[in-house]
Amino acid sequence: MTRPGRRERRSRPPVPAHPLDENGTDMTTPLLEIRGLSVSYRTRGGTVAAVRGVDLDVFPGQVTAVVGESGSGKSTTAHAVIRLLAAGGMLDAGTIRFGRHDLVTLSEAELRTVRGTGIGLVPQDPTVSLNPVKRIGEQVAEVLRIHGLATRRAAAAEAVAVLDRAGLPDAAVRARQYPHELSGGMRQRALIAVAIAANPRLIIADEPTSALDVTVQRVILDHLQRLTEESDTAILLVTHDLGVAADRAQRLVVMEQGRVVEAGETATVLADPQHAYTRRLLASAPSLTGPSAAARAPITTAPRDASRPEPAESSPPLVEVRHLVKEFRLPRAAGGHRTLRAVDDVGLTLRRGQTLALVGESGSGKSTTARLVLRLTDPTSGQILFDGADVTTAKGAQVRQLRRRAQLIYQNPYASLDPRLSIGEVITEPLRAFGVGDRAARLDRARDLLDRVALPAATLERRPAELSGGQRQRVAIARALALSPDLVVCDEPVSALDVSVQSQVLELLAELQADTGVAYLFISHDLAVVRQIAHQVAVMRAGRVVETGPPADLFAEPRHAYTRELLAAIPGSRLPVPVADTATTS
Amino acid sequence: MSQSLLDGQAEAAPGPARPLDPRTPSPAGRVTGLRQALRFVLRRPGLLLSVVVLVLVVLAAFRPELFTSQDPLKGVPSQNFRGPSGSHWFGTDELGRDVFSRVVHGAQLSLKATLIAVLVAFVVGGLLGVVAGFTGRWVDDVLMRFVDILLSIPALFLSLAMVTALGYGTVKVAVAVGIASVASFARVARAEVLRVRQAVFVEAARSSGARWYSMLARHVLPNAAGPVVVLATLDLGSSILAVSALSFLGYGAPPPAPEWGTLISDGRNYLSNAWWLTALPGLAVAATVLATNRVARALDGERGRRP
Amino acid sequence: MRRYVIKRLAQAVGVLWAAYTVSFLVLDFLPGDPVSAMAGAGMDSGQVDPARIAALRHEYGFDKPVLAQYADHLGRALRGDFGDAVSTGRPVTATLADALPQTLRLTGAALLLAAVLGGGLAVLATYTSRRWLRQLLLSLPPLGVSVPTFWVGLLLVEAFSFRLHWFPAFGNDGLRGLVLPALTLAIPTGAQVAQVLAKSLLTALDQAYVETARAKGAGRWRVHLRHALRNASLPALTVVGLLVGQLIAGSVVVETVFSRDGLGRVTAAAVTAQDIPLVQGVVVFGALIFVSVNLIVDLVYPLLDPRIVVASDRRAGIA
Repeated sequence: MTRPGRRERRSRPPVPAHPLDENGTDMTTPLLEIRGLSVSYRTRGGTVAAVRGVDLDVFPGQVTAVVGESGSGKSTTAHAVIRLLAAGGMLDAGTIRFGRHDLVTLSEAELRTVRGTGIGLVPQDPTVSLNPVKRIGEQVAEVLRIHGLATRRAAAAEAVAVLDRAGLPDAAVRARQYPHELSGGMRQRALIAVAIAANPRLIIADEPTSALDVTVQRVILDHLQRLTEESDTAILLVTHDLGVAADRAQRLVVMEQGRVVEAGETATVLADPQHAYTRRLLASAPSLTGPSAAARAPITTAPRDASRPEPAESSPPLVEVRHLVKEFRLPRAAGGHRTLRAVDDVGLTLRRGQTLALVGESGSGKSTTARLVLRLTDPTSGQILFDGADVTTAKGAQVRQLRRRAQLIYQNPYASLDPRLSIGEVITEPLRAFGVGDRAARLDRARDLLDRVALPAATLERRPAELSGGQRQRVAIARALALSPDLVVCDEPVSALDVSVQSQVLELLAELQADTGVAYLFISHDLAVVRQIAHQVAVMRAGRVVETGPPADLFAEPRHAYTRELLAAIPGSRLPVPVADTATTS
Repeated sequence: MSQSLLDGQAEAAPGPARPLDPRTPSPAGRVTGLRQALRFVLRRPGLLLSVVVLVLVVLAAFRPELFTSQDPLKGVPSQNFRGPSGSHWFGTDELGRDVFSRVVHGAQLSLKATLIAVLVAFVVGGLLGVVAGFTGRWVDDVLMRFVDILLSIPALFLSLAMVTALGYGTVKVAVAVGIASVASFARVARAEVLRVRQAVFVEAARSSGARWYSMLARHVLPNAAGPVVVLATLDLGSSILAVSALSFLGYGAPPPAPEWGTLISDGRNYLSNAWWLTALPGLAVAATVLATNRVARALDGERGRRP
Repeated sequence: MRRYVIKRLAQAVGVLWAAYTVSFLVLDFLPGDPVSAMAGAGMDSGQVDPARIAALRHEYGFDKPVLAQYADHLGRALRGDFGDAVSTGRPVTATLADALPQTLRLTGAALLLAAVLGGGLAVLATYTSRRWLRQLLLSLPPLGVSVPTFWVGLLLVEAFSFRLHWFPAFGNDGLRGLVLPALTLAIPTGAQVAQVLAKSLLTALDQAYVETARAKGAGRWRVHLRHALRNASLPALTVVGLLVGQLIAGSVVVETVFSRDGLGRVTAAAVTAQDIPLVQGVVVFGALIFVSVNLIVDLVYPLLDPRIVVASDRRAGIA
């Protein structure tokens, strides 16, 4: 990384100075020391404790990762450090020592001198974290202007230098652009520039890459890590992804339900997890290096075993797609109409009872391909065969017949269930639509389906809002199976769920396939998930299929450069290999 | 493994900036829903007062004799221009008629006009919006261009043009006011139908084979209705204002009838010596509008729009 | 950008033409017999002279087929000729042109007042950390939209003219005469500006970029004005554009209350006299002003919001 525009680093702002830190080599005194931190949120239903008695240390020059699932309080802890809690949040108890200050007792005005200069924040979602009506350079320069570190003119030049340091190509050009003109990855770099502009000694990175594609994620994290190594800045990295934490952090803090359940050196924690929850997290983290599906106890029930030749290999194709093309008209640009080829000459074959995974990053055309197969949108050209019949231009009754045999599970279980209907009504909807059975028969079927997806029959009466994300996704699966379809398209079915819930849902899908012989067209950005469930994998990029093959071959000997890049970008290479064994033996 | 990991926990810790969480407030059963609604109202004194005011106005419209025994049309000339007192709460006018009684009896005329206006706007506008939003393509284009045109003519001018064409009178004024707010109903109804139509759960219904009418009836209309109903409640308030403005200008019911706008207009001539003739009837109008707007806001808020 | 301007201009012209058509349909068709209505206007008794009806019928071309009438009227309207007012005999265009300056002064003052009062209230209410003050300020706009304009005007006259003698009660005299009418007209408009701006300010303050700004160490005032207000003023600007139509129409009531000369008084008189050509002129004229103001808003908008480079249909999204 060359840094042509970089200047002499300014001396650190005096406020958070720690006497022992002047030489920047002291590693024994924590830079940030949290003791007994408790945070609660006041909601309409009363006060809810989000963080309970958390102790946490961040040492200078180190990356400390806080890992946990949603609702574990990890993000709240990170925000409590700079006292930027969401509305209704209250610091109930504890101390947050940073340098010689206790941040809990500082006034709002004193805090402002710490924010930006002492502690920088890299927020969660780069797409909404920059002010849409201000230029990038202006937003970076603002940090310097606020703290009086540069004059207006000097700040503008400095901002370009900082953007360059944050790894944004063409920094001088980008500085004059607005956020919407930059990609997600570039925006995250701009936000990193905002965080590092005033050379803070601690950077809080709150899920800094979870909204980004995996290849972008790797580059960003690499860069963040390099920055810390160069300037011995400490990072408090909040993540739900154990793989990311394992790769990047020297120290690991595992949180569950607002409490720290385990903390220590990353290597130690991973090699010998003490707490049951940590072991569970490790066990359910989908991994590429761990033993394949064979070693994962539950999934062995699925009819896919590397050791056993696939009987379905010779089964007839259920879906065949040939030379499929889908073009979208872009909104009128200055130069007249332009079109976007979302799907470009795609050919796929999915056999009965098998799972074909479509893998790719956002914008690769994988979801559009699935929607084309289901005839939810019309192809520009190409051919789609369903069970031998050409459905490319199917209309009316023919499409309805297709709907009966091909169902869909969506990514976001919060949006895919009508909030006004009861679960019983949701599940019986396909039955109603095709006039299957009378009311009582349909409810019987719904009860049966709920049982299959391991939900209690009482769920029938409940409403989507009363269920958790994992439960809702089970309901969506039950709905998809109601008509006993031949094909279910799963559009990122687990990416909105926590890892432990993810693995349960994947197991369920595999089990159901074994029982009913349904075929899945499985769309995912997550190669690790795909590896668990697929018989065939197709890697998509920019609308094209770049490589297809069984997962074992594809993962062991990727032929296409992009597949290799994708594989290399997956975090978690440092996760201990015999994960499953540790979980079961200790 | 504990499925319950997520239960409650997701609600428990609203971490800052979690965009992927469109949590809807948990709609409980119907019986508890009623009790909740009651508690919701009782905890908000302003809202409670508003509901009371509206109940009183509706009662006044149907049973004015519950509130006053005095004749709104017959006056005692010797008792003209009396200020507000125990026997005449709102005082008396130039003919010695009891103003309170005239306001109470006027409620019927004004309420009737308001309801007609909202009904016209709701039915015509809602239909236009639902058809445009659900059909899409050229139908949507044509209908919405028409709505744009209606919007481009200031509402009062449109009402005045209608009054010029139709003539004077309470019902005609009401229809004119209703036509003027057709456009905003069409806009909101269409926007809501479009929003819901594009919701994932509607596509889920479509992909599970539901026909278009079942999608419309089961998913789209129930989920789109909320904001349109809120708009209707808000429109009650603005219709009261518009109807009274038109009758203030003299296009409403002919003179002896005690329409609210007319009452204020009559009082205008005696502004310097009998303030109560304008101030108190106007207060009744303002209180009614304020009450309907407060209820509309509560309806809107209950749908989770406001924090 | 040029395409955008041309497209918006073409749309504006289209809307105006359509508004004319609607007014033609409403005014020339809905009445059973417009001519007898017109003939009756301007006369005290219900007596209508048949000869006069025939003359009017010919004069206004009602003896021709409908489409021919429409084409004829439209052609003349395009040249700025809306016919003569029935009640006065003066050309409609001249009548409106004479009345316009007073009304523009009134609505301009009201718009300014509404923007300053409403905007200030919204900024202050969302900025203050005193709960009671916020509650108090936020309860004013709902009050402002609930009171009848004419009633507020009358109360102001009662208080400031008859009791305190600060401002004249009636007439068009100078700046002092403008204060009460402009205030009356500004109250509902300002209340709506305040409501929209306060709501979008609260939304903006909830956005992630505000957290980014605070994490930079920015103070509350800076976050409020430089980050939140800049974003929140965009929807408010659209609303101001839409409210201009309401202001012009509101002049009918306010000018009646304060007995001011202007477009509003002309309109009220025209409706009372069922003077169809004059009413039609007013309607088209109102649409013209409304469309022009919104055209300006649309053209200014991309300058304020860098995201709108090629706006397809912005207002549909916001409404």
